[in-house]
Amino acid sequence: MLHTVNKSSFERNSLQSCVNIIDDTSVILFIEDGVINAANNSKSSMIADLAAAGRVFALQGDVEARGISSKLADNIKLVDYAGFVDLVVEHGTAVSWV
Amino acid sequence: MATKKFMYLNRRSSFGTVYAIESLEVVLIAAAFEQDVSLAFMDDGVYQIVEGQNTDGIGMKNFSKTFHALGDYDINKLYVSKESLEERGLSESDLMPLVYEDEDDDWAEKSSVKVVTNEELKAIMSEQDVCLSF
Repeated sequence: MLHTVNKSSFERNSLQSCVNIIDDTSVILFIEDGVINAANNSKSSMIADLAAAGRVFALQGDVEARGISSKLADNIKLVDYAGFVDLVVEHGTAVSWV
Repeated sequence: MATKKFMYLNRRSSFGTVYAIESLEVVLIAAAFEQDVSLAFMDDGVYQIVEGQNTDGIGMKNFSKTFHALGDYDINKLYVSKESLEERGLSESDLMPLVYEDEDDDWAEKSSVKVVTNEELKAIMSEQDVCLSF
């Protein structure tokens, strides 16, 4: 499955809820304000293990819009819109954590 | 017209909701009425004035550049929550260098941005006549 998160975890608990029930093969893609979760900050530990396993992605355009390209946490993979489509194709059912 | 102290409290990031750009619009309108205006940035609002925003990839207006105009409207009190920056792994050096020219000091260019603790912000807020939250 592909889990998309579009809210900052400083604002809502969408990411925490997602991380709580994500299975061992699914991936997370941060989009819109969700990319704030890709920055190295006081909440990064929430996704550290998933990122180390190569299962956390962030949409590049949204990262650049927020000026945090140089602030990303370790092991976050950036994708463009085409990469977003590839993730949808590869992982099937998408779950949107709004 | 009597001058009042207006504070605009910005707590949201720039592009996920319309709050940030709406706040900036209202701030510029208020400036035209020559009120004593200050801005506070806390929580994800601190992202509004992060340096190096580039919206080419999302097709939205990069209104962060508009913050540079505030100095010319005599809006030069931009308070940023230290705690909010630190939680997000940010510091003052990650913020845009927003400045104004001080007419009482031979038009010297000075920083409009002041990083303050929540304790200091509490005191500044208590001095306000009007506080508008976005």
